[in-house]
Amino acid sequence: MLADAATSEPSAAPSAAPAAGATPGARVRGVLGRWEALLIGLLVITFVVGQGLSTEFLTADSFTTGSLDLSEVAIMALALALVIVAAEIDLSIASVLALSSAVMADLWNRGLPLELIMPICLVVGGLCGAFNGVLVTRLGLPSLAVTIGTLALFRGLAFVVIGDESVTDFPVSWTDRAFGNFAGTFVPNTMVLFAGLAVGFGVLLHFTPFGRSVFAIGANEEASYFSGLRVKRIKLILFVMAGIVAALAGIIISLRNSTAAANVGQGFELTAVTAVLLGGVSIFGGRGTIVGVILALLLLGGIQKALLLSESISSYWIQIVTGALLVGSVLGPNLARRVSETRRRRSSQSQHPEEGHP
Amino acid sequence: MSTSAVGPPAPAPVEGARARRLTEWVFRIRELGIVVALGLLILVTAILEPRFIEADSLRNLALNASIFAILAAGQTLVIVTRNVDLSVGSVLGLSAYFAGDLLSSNPGLPLPVVFLLGMGLGAVCGLFNGILVTWGQVPALVVTLGTLYAFRGLAFLWTDGSQVNAETLPDAFLDLGTDSILGVPYLVLIALVVVLAVGQWLRDFRSGRELYAIGSNPDGARLAGVRSDRRVLTAFVAAGALAGLGGVLFTARFGTVDATAGVGYELTVIAAAVVGGVAIFGGTGSVYGAALGALLLGCITSSLIVLRVEAFWQQAAIGALLLIAVALDRFLGLRIDTALRRRSARRAG
Repeated sequence: MLADAATSEPSAAPSAAPAAGATPGARVRGVLGRWEALLIGLLVITFVVGQGLSTEFLTADSFTTGSLDLSEVAIMALALALVIVAAEIDLSIASVLALSSAVMADLWNRGLPLELIMPICLVVGGLCGAFNGVLVTRLGLPSLAVTIGTLALFRGLAFVVIGDESVTDFPVSWTDRAFGNFAGTFVPNTMVLFAGLAVGFGVLLHFTPFGRSVFAIGANEEASYFSGLRVKRIKLILFVMAGIVAALAGIIISLRNSTAAANVGQGFELTAVTAVLLGGVSIFGGRGTIVGVILALLLLGGIQKALLLSESISSYWIQIVTGALLVGSVLGPNLARRVSETRRRRSSQSQHPEEGHP
Repeated sequence: MSTSAVGPPAPAPVEGARARRLTEWVFRIRELGIVVALGLLILVTAILEPRFIEADSLRNLALNASIFAILAAGQTLVIVTRNVDLSVGSVLGLSAYFAGDLLSSNPGLPLPVVFLLGMGLGAVCGLFNGILVTWGQVPALVVTLGTLYAFRGLAFLWTDGSQVNAETLPDAFLDLGTDSILGVPYLVLIALVVVLAVGQWLRDFRSGRELYAIGSNPDGARLAGVRSDRRVLTAFVAAGALAGLGGVLFTARFGTVDATAGVGYELTVIAAAVVGGVAIFGGTGSVYGAALGALLLGCITSSLIVLRVEAFWQQAAIGALLLIAVALDRFLGLRIDTALRRRSARRAG
């Protein structure tokens, strides 16, 4: 990413420092000072304010509708988080989603059964991801530029495949599955799928050697390369995974709305990036957790739902609040670090006045 | 990616001048490449469909590319410093509605005042971005992704679902968007002046050259005494002001404006700059290249329409073009790096 040595890695130190042999007090502060704790705090505030705005906010029904609306972005954000931890970015995911939806529509029109179409869509998504990955790893092109290009390319191909038609006659058994709730609860099926994927990606990122190498690559690609990690192959795998997951999201959105078309999910890539960054994943790579991303998604969904339900506040505030949160999520820790640095410098100056910098 | 204009430290002044001549040459070749591509595209389209080079069609083509060229000029300033501005589409939307609202409620307002106010609004947005990037040390991608939402949200709040209609705008203003002088539309003239002015500043002025230094090597530039923060701030303010200008022109051209003006422009603008040879990691590229990139993208869209290729191929073609441009730049960058290294090696040995 737009790595800038001078401004990179602002708050890696605070989260790493209290881990080893600290006093209980420091350990508690370390946990509470973490980004996830802040997100939980914001979530609580959102719940309180949301309930104040509308009594319908803290209901099962509002969770069902609110989480359904965010299903695709949520699923794509999981795989995107891994890509960003590795210090790359994929802006083409929403276009892969559209291409998957378009392929689905086209093959359905040709009379293929859905059970066969869906794996084909996933393969298409995987190929899209591989295309991104090969351009980034083998040709050494910056992923930001590549995926802005494939954002247009894949969306364009989606239109080439299906034009401006749409397909709406998917079998009810499948659309019900995508729209319905899990086994009589208020939790949508898509959220159960999301939970499964979240556990999968969480384990992959945090508890496997593969995940550790993703962090290592994000923190210092060159060092990872020289310590024997297969940097290019790992990055390629990450892009392929992002593509497959985006294609899965394309299948879900088509079935959920019972409409497959090339124009679905415009702008989803930015929402997904927002969720990942708000979740505490560093845009420079090397830092972040899946838990943070899940909390950020809950927060975004909560804010959206609260403002939609509210009658006194215009729902246009959603965008403003989202933007402010995103900027604040990086600005806040930066300012806190600066304040503590100034304080430390001042105290060290008062101890050793002769060493003080002018 | 940074085939720096400043270049690696050359062993001798003569060598430095020669290295600079080499990079200048590559710049020019790169721009020439787009011109050739443009020429070929127009030629092929004209042979297949002669109506393409009728005055009307060319005029439309230039009109469509003008606003994008202005935005791409601003974007170049920011990208050259190794930053990016994703909020330009939203800033354009804000200022487009602002200009329309202002003129429909005060039809007597002198037009230069409207332009200045529109650009001022854009500059304030740019200043906001710039302060967060420099003083707040937040990566530009994060800041401008945030303000992409925030500014658009403000536009929605402000318009509250209403729109400005062409009938309520003074004719003199709407004429700006459609009329011509000596066959050249005003809009195109404005775009030309802006591109030349900004391009010349970036190319020849010290403050402009320093943007390249910052983008090539941020730490090096700071150590060399470049006031990086101030320069980066200037780049963001300029990009904002140009997006504001684009907004006023958008209203003049289309007449009817609501809060969705310019949605999605940011990616087209960045694509135009990158196709025009502006490296996404800073330090390379020129405003002229970016403007030519905008023209080329506009030309592809028009020629596909004229050739009645299904409109659906447009986006795919633009995406493919962008990828080719990035790959080509990478290839050229590697070549020139090798050439520069070989030169200094020969000089040293």
